[in-house]
Amino acid sequence: MPAEPERLAKIKTNLKRRARIYDLVREFFRGRGFLEVETPVRVPVVAPEINIVPVESDEWYLITSPEMHMKRLVAAGYPRIFQISRCFRKGERGRLHNPEFSLLEWYCAGANCMDMISDTEQLVMTLAKKLRLGSVINYQGTSIDLRLPWPRLSVSQAFLKSAGWDPVENYDATHFDHDMATLVLPQLAPGRPTVLIEYPAAAASLARLNPGDKQVAERAEVFIGGLELANAYSELTDREEQQKRFAAEIEQIEHQQGRKMKMPESFIEAVGFMPECGGIALGMERLAMLMCDAGSIDDVTAFTADNL
Amino acid sequence: MEIEEVHKNTKLMYSGKPWNVDNAEFVKPGKGRAIYRLRLKNLLDGSVLDITFHSGEKVDEASIANLEMQYLYKESDHYVFMNILNFEQTFVTEAQLGDKIKFLKEGTLVNVQLLDERPIDITIPTFVELVVVETGSSIKTATVTAQNKSAKLETGYSVDVPTFIKEGDLLKIDTRTGNYVERLSTKK
Repeated sequence: MPAEPERLAKIKTNLKRRARIYDLVREFFRGRGFLEVETPVRVPVVAPEINIVPVESDEWYLITSPEMHMKRLVAAGYPRIFQISRCFRKGERGRLHNPEFSLLEWYCAGANCMDMISDTEQLVMTLAKKLRLGSVINYQGTSIDLRLPWPRLSVSQAFLKSAGWDPVENYDATHFDHDMATLVLPQLAPGRPTVLIEYPAAAASLARLNPGDKQVAERAEVFIGGLELANAYSELTDREEQQKRFAAEIEQIEHQQGRKMKMPESFIEAVGFMPECGGIALGMERLAMLMCDAGSIDDVTAFTADNL
Repeated sequence: MEIEEVHKNTKLMYSGKPWNVDNAEFVKPGKGRAIYRLRLKNLLDGSVLDITFHSGEKVDEASIANLEMQYLYKESDHYVFMNILNFEQTFVTEAQLGDKIKFLKEGTLVNVQLLDERPIDITIPTFVELVVVETGSSIKTATVTAQNKSAKLETGYSVDVPTFIKEGDLLKIDTRTGNYVERLSTKK
């Protein structure tokens, strides 16, 4: 058999299950009163993030996440919305990455980042149940007990245990990313999901700082079976603070990488009208990998960047 | 070159030595900086080195010339190849050829990669045509009929073949797997 039909035949069971997951995700959110929305994929400006390089498209960009448009909807009076959107990130290709991929994002007015984590727990348990996988799943040779609640671990605790230093006390971007990827994540308990919470303020990105402890951001991330599944924020609703963070990021990107990014003015304006709100982005390929016991994104994607 | 452009089988210069990238793993937290974990194999002595790079870092690509050459003959422990454009000869060691020796017969055209005029790797055709020099008849027992038997080819390589193959037959062999593909012609 020629290589392509053989490859696609091999992953057919996974692709069917992936389609079923999409149905179940939509059913889950509709059942909870979330409105499915569609926002643009090709845009004049993306959120400036030093470690995420957008793909250019005729002087505009392809989105790296639907976050900014979805928050503009929240600001305009859409309190519960979700979307599965194609996203593009230049150069991201590996066992867990493809430069074009799908993000599930949902936003909920009145919620905080831990409410978004609870939604994620419910979503994953619902999927495991409806796909008849049970509450203890097998992923790449390891049994993972998905029963709720998933253990919470602060970034400080995780780093002190695995890397020997506390990034909340003493933040250093280069060491933070490196030690997170090479020391902290590989040493998370394999048999349970882990929710990392209380990120250092400097790694807040678009999350608000904890009002009671300004050293940490209200950001939480879900890891299951070595997969970074979802990233949640209590969204920053302070327009001035958002503008300040973006301006600093834009300057740093130009200084370090020579990339010129623009200030997303319409988004900044909307931030000022946003209610208190929780938001989260979840990788659909990662979710499919987990539910299909697939070791590579290639096993749940019909055509990756390597076989276009 | 940018570390982003490095992939499996890229050839690099690192600490003054030439390396092949045997494996490249891309690790990236969603909001964090990308890490490239490379497993490098020294092109001269075969030693292995694991090393980590970060996005934005640069590496030196090894400048490798890729020449079409013809395998001429074996001389003591060297294999002699000739540049088909200028007839210059190059010697390749048995260690450098590895398993490819099994598929090389005199006259075969191959690609030789040269670093500073030193051969470091050979790419042989995906399919080669080799003649069977020795094969027995299949052994039949009361209950089992063997579907395959062994055949020795002109390079000395032994391969599993169907029972109808005879000495003198010309076979097509897949050099990636070492497997028999089909019979191209048979001796009348």
